[in-house]
Amino acid sequence: MRVLIVEDQALLRDGLTRMLTAYGMDVATTPADGTGLAERIVAQQPDIAVVDVRLPPTFTDEGLRAAVAARRAVPGLPILVLSQYVERLYARELLADGASAVGYLLKDRVADVRQFIDAVGRVAAGATVMDPDVIARLLHRPDTLATLTTREGDVLRLMAEGHSNAAIAARIAVTEKSVSNLINSLFAKLGLPPSADHHRRVLAVLSYLDHA
Amino acid sequence: MRELGWLATGAAIGGPAPLLLALVALALPASLAGGFGLAVFAGVVWMCRRLAGVQRRRAAAVLGCPVPSPYRQPPSGSWARLRTVLGDPGTWRDLAWLACQFIVGLGSLVLCVGLWLGAAQCVTAPVLRVLLPEPTGFDPAVLEWTGRSGPLTWILVPVGIGLAALAYLLPRHLVRGQARLAAILLGPTTAARLSARVDGLTATRTAAVDASASELRRIERDLHDGAQARLVALAMNLGVAEDVIDTDPAGAKALLVEARAGAGVALTELRDLVRGIHPPVLADRGLAAAVEALALNSAFRVGLDLRLHRRLAAPVEAAAYFAIAEAVTNAIRHSGGRQVNVTLVDTEKTLHITVYDGRGGADPSRGTGLLGIQRRLSAFDGTLRISSPSGGPTTLDMRLPCAS
Repeated sequence: MRVLIVEDQALLRDGLTRMLTAYGMDVATTPADGTGLAERIVAQQPDIAVVDVRLPPTFTDEGLRAAVAARRAVPGLPILVLSQYVERLYARELLADGASAVGYLLKDRVADVRQFIDAVGRVAAGATVMDPDVIARLLHRPDTLATLTTREGDVLRLMAEGHSNAAIAARIAVTEKSVSNLINSLFAKLGLPPSADHHRRVLAVLSYLDHA
Repeated sequence: MRELGWLATGAAIGGPAPLLLALVALALPASLAGGFGLAVFAGVVWMCRRLAGVQRRRAAAVLGCPVPSPYRQPPSGSWARLRTVLGDPGTWRDLAWLACQFIVGLGSLVLCVGLWLGAAQCVTAPVLRVLLPEPTGFDPAVLEWTGRSGPLTWILVPVGIGLAALAYLLPRHLVRGQARLAAILLGPTTAARLSARVDGLTATRTAAVDASASELRRIERDLHDGAQARLVALAMNLGVAEDVIDTDPAGAKALLVEARAGAGVALTELRDLVRGIHPPVLADRGLAAAVEALALNSAFRVGLDLRLHRRLAAPVEAAAYFAIAEAVTNAIRHSGGRQVNVTLVDTEKTLHITVYDGRGGADPSRGTGLLGIQRRLSAFDGTLRISSPSGGPTTLDMRLPCAS
């Protein structure tokens, strides 16, 4: 798998390169500069691009804008956006085109190497992966806490992280059947339309967050 | 007619001038001798300030902008108070204004009434000539001037119409003139205005310096107690793990897991700290987006009406953002998260911010939150108005100058 890394901090770029190479991935880099970045990502045709949000020249949200632009040019181009902080506002922008194969994670998540490699693989394979922090607030709302059981909360979080029913079942040690039951019941409680497609499910949860 | 009424009142206000000025002229030398002169002087000053106060309000209504009163704050103690009154330029400017007002007020009224009377006589001159064909003891002036000549009285008709037009148009200018006179003599002098402004700026600058100093202390404490302490523990864990890795691989692994968890917590704390200093979205996208992100991150639903489509100066954006964040936090705590709304309207010169919640009874004197908002805004000449009747709703109305 060919991974394109766009990261201006040398320490993190080298760390990522080492880590991804160790897991058998083919790593390419491109100058970490927001100017013309979207075109360069599209031109390199990677299996997945890992892009830092904050890049030169203005060190604000160049990476995010480039990711959105590149995916507008090539819908469904797999991109994993890394950030020092997650904002639901930005998650919404990444998901606005409705195409899947997109991820938005805190940089901290690279510390958990296996989970991070897993996330890279899932985005490359077309999944939608959102950082747990994106939906963390929902789980802290008194009204949501009152409606959802702990199990349903766990399932919701794992779903937003882009896991399949099987992966969720393995993580919380229940059968796939009961995972799909839990999903049905929590979707009913939040008033969301049921859907089997993972990407659609993430969108539904995030749009619930926007309008709740 | 309204203007004539205004002028009549103006003349009445100037009316006591000769009496009051004469009393001042008598009372000042008399006061050197004893208490009676002082009492008269105090009475005159009191009367003068009342008249000036009335004229200030009338002038403000005419000019459409307030005419602030310039008097110095009197201290307690009658001697000190007397010294302040004597040394206050406002006292003497009042007297100067009163003298002018007497002349101008009376003059304006006489002029206007005279113009109307003159116009009436001129227009009716031909009729008067017919009604009074022979000279009488009370002949109107027009008949005497024209010697009851037919053509001359007819010529006076258009003159009368001209006078009527003048009598109609002149009063509004006289009204504005008198209001300007009051604004110039009764308002604070430029020096007084500047000195008040300097006082205000000194106070807000002190508050801003204090606030930034205490903010720096808080950041230092947070770093010292939080991230720094966690990094020390992390380094220690790694050091121990390095020592025991050959003899006790399982123990070393446990320490490494602990070290990684510690690093995660340190990162979270640093992120929260950065957010508190300057929210990243504010720097990236500006105030409207930052307020939207604030609402999205809030544990409760916050209604938004954002009518701001440009970037403002960074310090103004930060002040507005933190004022809104504080107000929203207060509103949620206060109302339990029901019906919190934020409105942001850019009027080119001023940013109007309203934060609304359904409950009432917020006490501005209690709680450091509102004081903090006030302090943040006042550093930029912004204002905060709180309306919170006991039955609700509570509205925080903030205004921040933001001309680019």
